[in-house]
Amino acid sequence: MVHIKRIQENGADIIAVVGEIDASSSIELDLSIAKSVGEGFKKILVDCHGLEYISSAGLGVFMSYIEECRDKKIQMVLFGLKGKVINTFEILGLADLLHIRENKNEAMKLADELSV
Amino acid sequence: MNYQYKIGCSLSNLKGIRDFIRNTLNENQVPELQISSVVLALDEMCSNLMIHAHHCNPDHILELHINQEQHSYIFEIIDEGNLFNINEFIEPGMERLVQEKKKGGLGIRLVKSIMDKIEYTSEGGRNICRLTKEL
Repeated sequence: MVHIKRIQENGADIIAVVGEIDASSSIELDLSIAKSVGEGFKKILVDCHGLEYISSAGLGVFMSYIEECRDKKIQMVLFGLKGKVINTFEILGLADLLHIRENKNEAMKLADELSV
Repeated sequence: MNYQYKIGCSLSNLKGIRDFIRNTLNENQVPELQISSVVLALDEMCSNLMIHAHHCNPDHILELHINQEQHSYIFEIIDEGNLFNINEFIEPGMERLVQEKKKGGLGIRLVKSIMDKIEYTSEGGRNICRLTKEL
């Protein structure tokens, strides 16, 4: 079960994810990112403070946007990941393929720097 | 120890599977980070089976067993579907997955990274997938 909220702040779309993302709920994350990309946001920050669990289905959603973000010059940055969640990213080496920061300020700073 | 859990092949049941494994290992004082890894691997195995071997039919049943042998935990997933053997599956490279914008293909890589041994046997029309992890 996952709850996803989108909030716009200083030109960035912040997607807040609360709960667990598995094979039954990853579609909701996918739809939220697709909406954000579709609405033309160039800075997408994913707030993972409330993310308690992610399986490969959720990781696959993030991975599937890496190329599109490169092509469309969209900066997607994840922040606020709990240790047990970041461990899942690290097992696959995904922490090196995605932009991950500790908090919103750092995530926003990175998105701004990469947008220049 | 010998714990058992039976559940229908609906993806909405994955949370129940995760809770069962987490609670069982918690009771046995397994460290939190190791519990998280094992929960993830079993979630991946069960969702793969539900999707690929049972087409998410909730009338099809998966049976989970957890046993301990010395320092190893043995997790068995028993079903009656077509055998879905992940040892025969070659995972695509990460770069290829990124280029092709694929959402799948990561789960089996996770299971193979986390578990120490993955074995399959068949008995009387039932498939038994046995995953071993030293904890």
